[in-house]
Amino acid sequence: MSNQGVSGHAPTGFQYFLYKTWKSLKTPMPYLAFAGIGLWLLTYFLLNEYWKIFPFFKIPGPVEVITEWLSRDPIWGTSLFTEDYYINIWVSCRRVIIGFALATVLGVPLGLFMGWSKKFKDYTFPVLETLRPIPILAWVPLAIVMFSGFETPIIYLATLASFFVTALNTMLGVESIDESYFRAAGCLGSKKRHVFINVVVPGSLPFIFTGLQISIGVAWFSLVAAEMISGDYGLGYMIMASYMVNKYTTMVMAMLTLGLVGWITSAMVRAAGNRMMRWRAKALGQGGV
Amino acid sequence: MGKASKRQETLGARAKALVSDLTFRRGVLSILIFLTLWEIGFRFNEWFGVMVPFVGKVDAPSIVATRWSDVVLLPGYWESWYLSMGRVFLGFLIAQVIGIPFGLAMAVNKYFRGMFFPPFEILRPIPPLAWVPASIIFWPTTELSIMFVTFLGAFYTIVINVLGGARAVDIQYLRAAQSMGATQWDLFRKIILPGTLPSIFIGAAVGMGITWEVVLAAEMISGGGQQSGGGLGFFIWSSYMGGVMDQVIVGMISIGLAGYISSSLIRYIGYRSMPWRRMF
Amino acid sequence: MTTAAHQQPATDKNASTKGAISIRNVTKIYDPKGANVLAVDDCSLEIAPAEVCMIVGPSGCGKTTLLNAIAGFHSITSGQIDLDGEMLCGPDKPLADQGADRVVVFQNGALFPWKTLADNVAYGPIVQGLMNKADAREKAISMLSEAGLSGVADKYPGEVSSGMARRAEIVRALINDPKVLLLDEPYRAMDALTKSIMHESLLEVYDRTRVTIFFITHDLEEAIFLGDRVIVMTTRPARTKKIVEVKINRPRDYRLLSSEEFRILVQETKEAVHEEAVKAFEAGERELA
Repeated sequence: MSNQGVSGHAPTGFQYFLYKTWKSLKTPMPYLAFAGIGLWLLTYFLLNEYWKIFPFFKIPGPVEVITEWLSRDPIWGTSLFTEDYYINIWVSCRRVIIGFALATVLGVPLGLFMGWSKKFKDYTFPVLETLRPIPILAWVPLAIVMFSGFETPIIYLATLASFFVTALNTMLGVESIDESYFRAAGCLGSKKRHVFINVVVPGSLPFIFTGLQISIGVAWFSLVAAEMISGDYGLGYMIMASYMVNKYTTMVMAMLTLGLVGWITSAMVRAAGNRMMRWRAKALGQGGV
Repeated sequence: MGKASKRQETLGARAKALVSDLTFRRGVLSILIFLTLWEIGFRFNEWFGVMVPFVGKVDAPSIVATRWSDVVLLPGYWESWYLSMGRVFLGFLIAQVIGIPFGLAMAVNKYFRGMFFPPFEILRPIPPLAWVPASIIFWPTTELSIMFVTFLGAFYTIVINVLGGARAVDIQYLRAAQSMGATQWDLFRKIILPGTLPSIFIGAAVGMGITWEVVLAAEMISGGGQQSGGGLGFFIWSSYMGGVMDQVIVGMISIGLAGYISSSLIRYIGYRSMPWRRMF
Repeated sequence: MTTAAHQQPATDKNASTKGAISIRNVTKIYDPKGANVLAVDDCSLEIAPAEVCMIVGPSGCGKTTLLNAIAGFHSITSGQIDLDGEMLCGPDKPLADQGADRVVVFQNGALFPWKTLADNVAYGPIVQGLMNKADAREKAISMLSEAGLSGVADKYPGEVSSGMARRAEIVRALINDPKVLLLDEPYRAMDALTKSIMHESLLEVYDRTRVTIFFITHDLEEAIFLGDRVIVMTTRPARTKKIVEVKINRPRDYRLLSSEEFRILVQETKEAVHEEAVKAFEAGERELA
């Protein structure tokens, strides 16, 4: 906050963050954001808890949920202080991470080859495009039949959803690379493997990371659906189970937790992307992608 | 007379060109290989007594095809199509009607955006399906609760796409129009709106996919026996419950087809309404 | 059709037979969607070693096609192109191999955005197996310093000005000691001031290395200023229309721009080009690749 151009050198890192925060406080933006969120919470509170309007009152309001969430001895049995809360979070996260990791490890290489070699794409793309329109949830019965137990089908579904998105975006990423870079690499004496490592992979990274951000969202989406239909443990299961026994406060808690965790994982993917593509961040002037 | 036969000619020529196209032939070959491997994978147990893992349990294409020819004759099957498509299009339409203006408003007015984008972004990470139980509690009928969840799914997508698309409209176009005396409303109608159309259609195509997922899930979760029900999701689920796995696969493929048809429809409408993009 | 004598080479390089290009009766027909487009029609051209050969002509006339054929990016339909007596492409081999003996500098710049300038420059020798990483980097940095870019060697292309990036791209080409330097309107997108700096830089480089230069441009003054010969091409299909010999001694500097000799040559070239430009304009041609 103290060197805004006086010393003649631009702030970096944490200083820059503080500077930007301070600057933004001068605009109406942060206040509007507070107002918007506040307005939403207020409406939610008034409709559900205070005025108890039909049918809103059937769903617990913010005060109820937060009190329960923070209470050491929750009425309905789950809060920040109970063990099962964390077990459910962990189980869901673990499934998503495994699914996402598998989908990335399979999808990125496949996408890279599909983008790079027309021949390969001709042979693999049609099968992929035929299977892709089938909604992930339509696979549920088949997944249960193919794989034994509870865990595997659920992870399979999250992986499948994630896989399609990742593979497709990676392929598009390779196809989006300007022809000039390939030519430049060629006229500098590269062999095919050099082109792959030095042009195809870095050139498609922006698309790959956009795909990964979408794919983690899709993984959560499919995971929750699968957990709700056929699970034990997990946030999706928690929502369904608490609904079944009318523990609506817990249900809302699970929904909000899901949102929070989903957002955190997305942000992590985004941050990883920014680190790997530092050249972009610098080119765009410390703004990141 | 002349016109019809001319059209046949070009159709024939196009078909010939397609068949001789290498990409097309490779594609057909790969699908045939896929189907063959699948068939073999299933039959392996029959022929050699060894069960192939995973694939071995999935009914072979030949069986699925037979079942499909049976099912196609049942009116119930087509009713499922009708019900599902109806839900999808209705929920989708509502999402567009609410989402596009909302997105445009946020794109055009920064105060509106400053206020409404944060709560939108906070709610967005919650998967639409997580709303199903809450939706059931809230809405009086099952149909409405499914509609709501469907709406949510497509809504988020369309808003994000519209927002991105509208803000990406090159400011030069706006300035050019202003220098020719355009009013704010003119700017909106003639520059921003058409400029955002491509993004609207991309959002719509993606939103369509999500809508199908949600309708399916809702049908599977809540349509298992209550007042309304039916639809392709229910078709799959009840087939599964009845142990008729080949019918399950028929259902899966049917939904895939339905989804593909819906997306193609969107893309076609997009193509017709954006003539300036056609040269590509 | 060889040119008049140059100033004697400033270095002790064996400049006599290195980088002679022989283009004989080259024809190129593009076939996008069945519309046979004759891009180059029976074009013949001999370029002597260490010659600066400038190619000018209206947009879309096919000049880039020739460059692409030499570099090995596109095939030719008939004819033959030799480099130092060896066939690059011809009757049995319509597509030349790409190689570091003919390095290209691209119109919109093709430095790899994900590598620093130094890594970009070091790329050629490393992938050709001529140097290990450390040595290549050392040489890259020293060559960048010679070009006045020592301060930015470890920056990404997105962080430096276009002038610096283009200079770095030329260094990236030259580190491979190529026989021919192929430049495809490299300074097209620059303002006049940056351009003049680029010209001086290129002339300085040429005087040091005496590499054969094949330079495509629109800018007639640039062509006369830099070149030994200016080849005016006709509008599509491209054929040699006129050859303007620039018999001005080297080293050249900006004072040349106001000399009588220079003005006459520009005028001569302008008349030839203008005719073709009008034809191209009236034909409403969109630019080819």
